[in-house]
Amino acid sequence: MSKLAEIFQKHQDDIVADWSKGMSSANRRKDLISDADLKAQSTELFAAIAKASKTGSLSDIEGSDWREVREILSSISASRAKQGFTPTETASFVLSLKQPVNSRLRKEMAKDPEGLIDETTTANGLIDKMALHTSEAFLTTREQLIARQQEDMLELSTPVVKLWDGILALPVIGTLDSARTQVVMESLLKTIVETNSKIAIIDITGVPTVDTLVAQHLLKTITAARLMGAECIISGIRPQIAQTIVHLGINLNDIITKSKMADAFALALQRTGKIVVSMNKAAAPKKTEHGKDN
Amino acid sequence: MAPQKTETLPIKTASDIVAARQAVRLWAAEMKFSLVDQTKIVTATSELARNTVQHGGGGHMVMSIVESGIHQGLHLVFEDKGPGIADVEAAMRDGFTTAGGMGLGLSGSKRLMSQFTIETKVGEGTRVAVTRWK
Ligand SMILES: Nc1ncnc2c1ncn2[C@@H]1O[C@H](COP(=O)(O)OP(=O)(O)OP(=O)(O)O)[C@@H](O)[C@H]1O
Ligand SMILES: [Mg+2]
Repeated sequence: MSKLAEIFQKHQDDIVADWSKGMSSANRRKDLISDADLKAQSTELFAAIAKASKTGSLSDIEGSDWREVREILSSISASRAKQGFTPTETASFVLSLKQPVNSRLRKEMAKDPEGLIDETTTANGLIDKMALHTSEAFLTTREQLIARQQEDMLELSTPVVKLWDGILALPVIGTLDSARTQVVMESLLKTIVETNSKIAIIDITGVPTVDTLVAQHLLKTITAARLMGAECIISGIRPQIAQTIVHLGINLNDIITKSKMADAFALALQRTGKIVVSMNKAAAPKKTEHGKDN
Repeated sequence: MAPQKTETLPIKTASDIVAARQAVRLWAAEMKFSLVDQTKIVTATSELARNTVQHGGGGHMVMSIVESGIHQGLHLVFEDKGPGIADVEAAMRDGFTTAGGMGLGLSGSKRLMSQFTIETKVGEGTRVAVTRWK
């Protein structure tokens, strides 16, 4: 067993006590973690380090002896990422172990200056590697969080609204990728059936780029809606998008398109046998009738 | 035709495609392309970047501002080390697809841009270079 590993075993409690005491205010967030939790984490982590250093390599932590340490580091990072710590704060927790370890080494190896330099270098390298592992685990957790939020957004951002009896509107906002289209299509078809709607207006004002994939997804959605007995109108095609679609070679001839949602709605009302009349105009004939009476 | 400004972006995932579109839109707007031209360039970017991911197994995009005489242009190169295209002529035809797409990505991008060249070798990869002049 190396000198460093020996010192880890022998002075485990002292080092942990020192470490907990010395946690600087930089990584000490009393608002996010209690003293008791922090102490428990330090104790658990250091016990695992002491154990791994007995048999494992001290120059890298990738081996199987270090698995438990890696797992503890990952779970600490994951919980801190969720609690709102920054990556720096999380890495500092591990890095702050250097101070108590180094001072313990100085004390124990005062008579062997050369050995002290070697062991200190090894100890610091080891702690750096653990800190790096923490950072990576932290990023992985963040990425998972973001991916989940994106999934949530996916469902939030595709509302199907009923404009009138038999008329639905689906304002699409953002990128219409395959996953999105699946969600959009399902909720549209479901609502068509539930509301027994005859017309669905798909508004793409909020779609920044209409390429062949988006077009294909739109066409698929329209075909599926037709099978359920509803006709679709696409609205919100901006002039620059219309030109681009033509150049791409996409054929929307079979599709009813309107540049504005309002025009699409008017057409939808007309198709379902309704018209919108101005109240003034509706009142006008009455006046003339009244006039005739005179 | 020494580029005035150049940048390389990875094109490996669906979110890289979104990032590529956004970068190209930003540059095209800075170069004061008309709104229609910006939309065309961004749409071609979307097509070619998607091909890079979907068919080429990922690669990168190099974007640069180039000059020819008094004209400025936006030059984009999409490169991958994927399977390559066996029959380029067929791939360039409207409606040709090996992946259940619309088969309009390559031919459509060619129509959207001023210049279009494609180099590909089976087993080695594909390189598509496009330019839109102002
Ligand atoms: N980078 C590439 N590497 C390998 N094959 C490619 C590459 N780009 C295009 N291809 C081939 O050329 C064909 C035509 O490409 P194109 O972009 O025109 O249509 P698509 O991608 O199939 O459908 P979409 O209309 O959705 O783009 C593809 O189906 C594919 O076989
Ligand atoms: Mg394509």
